Amino acid sequence: MPLESIGTFEIKRLGVLNERGEADPDLMPQLSEEEIRRMYELMLLARVFDERAVALQREGRIGTYPPILGQEAAQVGSAFALSPGDWVFPSFREMGVHLTLGFPIAQLLQYWGGDERAQKAPEGLNIFPFCVAVASQIPQAVGAALAVRYRRDPAVVVTYFGDGATSKGDFHEGMNMAGVFKLPMVFICQNNQWAISVPLKTQTASPSIAQKAIAYGFEGVQVDGNDVFAVYRATREAFEKARGGGGPTFIECLTYRMADHTTADDAGRYRPPEEVALWRERDPIARLERFLEARGAWTPQLRVEAKEKAARIIDDAIREMEDVPPPAPAELFDGVLAALTPRQAGQKKGL
Amino acid sequence: MAQLNMVQAINQALAYEMERDDRVVLLGEDVGRDGGVFRVTEGLMERFGGERVLDTPLCEAGIMGAAIGMAAYGLRPVPEIQFMGFTYSAFEQLFAHAARIRSRSRGRFTCPLVVRTPYGGGIKAPELHEESTEALFCQVPGLKVVVPSGPYMAKGLLLSALRDPDPVLFLEPTRLYRLIREEVPEGEYLVELGKARVARSGGAVTVVAWGSMLERVLKAVDGYDAEVLDLLTLSPFDIGAVLASVRKTGRLVIVHEAAKSCGFGAEIAATVAEEAILHLRGPVLRVTAPDVPVPLAKLIDHYLPGAQQIRQALDEVLQY
Repeated sequence: MPLESIGTFEIKRLGVLNERGEADPDLMPQLSEEEIRRMYELMLLARVFDERAVALQREGRIGTYPPILGQEAAQVGSAFALSPGDWVFPSFREMGVHLTLGFPIAQLLQYWGGDERAQKAPEGLNIFPFCVAVASQIPQAVGAALAVRYRRDPAVVVTYFGDGATSKGDFHEGMNMAGVFKLPMVFICQNNQWAISVPLKTQTASPSIAQKAIAYGFEGVQVDGNDVFAVYRATREAFEKARGGGGPTFIECLTYRMADHTTADDAGRYRPPEEVALWRERDPIARLERFLEARGAWTPQLRVEAKEKAARIIDDAIREMEDVPPPAPAELFDGVLAALTPRQAGQKKGL
Repeated sequence: MAQLNMVQAINQALAYEMERDDRVVLLGEDVGRDGGVFRVTEGLMERFGGERVLDTPLCEAGIMGAAIGMAAYGLRPVPEIQFMGFTYSAFEQLFAHAARIRSRSRGRFTCPLVVRTPYGGGIKAPELHEESTEALFCQVPGLKVVVPSGPYMAKGLLLSALRDPDPVLFLEPTRLYRLIREEVPEGEYLVELGKARVARSGGAVTVVAWGSMLERVLKAVDGYDAEVLDLLTLSPFDIGAVLASVRKTGRLVIVHEAAKSCGFGAEIAATVAEEAILHLRGPVLRVTAPDVPVPLAKLIDHYLPGAQQIRQALDEVLQY
């Protein structure tokens, strides 16, 4: 038997908008002016939400919070491609997805303020609760996709996770099943390059995360995660493919965690300031502004106004959140089981 | 009425419910074409198709996680974990998610699934094929734990579990799979979860057991005035039934095949100490395995509680 090559592969990287804000006309996705403005407003909303949430934590008004700073394009751009009825299995650092899909803002803050009641997604919005145990949401998304197919529903299931999650067994088991069963799913990895203090090169020896998909028998693509158009295009295509029976897609959004892992972390302990400065230059919002400016659709004044509008929305939500009375002690027992056990009933009475 | 063993009774329950409710979907390793390593799901793939009896890759965490997603979407999945020792890789999914999704989402998503797994020792199988770590699962609020003791109970309990709105761990005593035959009605009957059964009436001592130990206890108590309670559901367990019997007999022996320390017997003993200590005439005794890992076949008879140890405990407590 000769020694022969049994496989070669190619992995693509998609960018639409370059650093100067110039869009590749061949790759630019179909978006109306209104939709582009909406994307811009949502990214600013996510930015302001994040700034306020960090401030609220510093003031002791909410608990530990994981910032999304720098990941606005990856989150807004991908969530923008979802349709009503699609299912989302997030991790815990995708508030930009929640904001894009219209999850009540006050509820997001209420959750990070330590009130689990806020995890109840409104009817009609199929967002699973935040998943704190890294990667464990991935097989759950696989199960939802199995159910979608069993029911012959038109929905697609998307799961979000970070680069750290791709080292875990649940990532492997979930990706493997999705490939075997050719499920209507989209895997979105926000590769923000840091899992607390562990950089990507310690997380994996793989030159890209996207190429891991190949081993599971489906397409993986790396996109410039700070390019909202590239993220949107890749996600929309993946959704169309999934809806058409073409199976799963893995999308690696190469981005950067500009802030600390959480408000309890100090990233200055473990990463060089030059690296952070370099990525600050690649701010996804600034890049979209350059694009809009070249088209005569943006001025610094517009940013001020848009930010003020976002701030009003967030500040209203903060007031709403702080007006919510704390849960009563008996609410400890809410939803543990459909009906209390006799012992639980006694414990509840004895509170 | 047909005489069935437990494998046949469980198979019948699954088939009955799959016929009745198209939300019931089985998934696991070798459950389809092979009918499961114990043949519990035999014939179901042929009858209901590959979408309802899903042969999965070898991935216990993946199976459990997928079952959670299916349940949240509105199905009633029945994941099979091939042996209880392999549930350990699925712990996180079961503990951190299945048991908590209803509470975490305040009822927006629920998790009506039944995890089936062969449980317990005495089948001459390799390591980790004979585990009985039921107490670990009973510590988790939001999860129910059920252990049938024979074919009739297995079918009725499984039908109830399949209709329960919350996750149920259904532990199938492997040693009993083909050991006992009982009359099992062909149609529907439900055995309520959370209720114990008086397997034998008596007045001098209460013996509480479950799963394969029940069969052993019923043989061992021959000649004693013992009341034997078959617990059937461990979480939540039937506190009322245990207390009522202990108040009557004044003596309690608990028999389980798991290790003693922090075994489920400790929970029963503590509950009786809290609620009925003044009715006790003597110490509560536990007949259990020693605090060692489950051994292989050569030592298993020294590990599992036997009739002699059960009688010794009865003799001891009856001195009071």
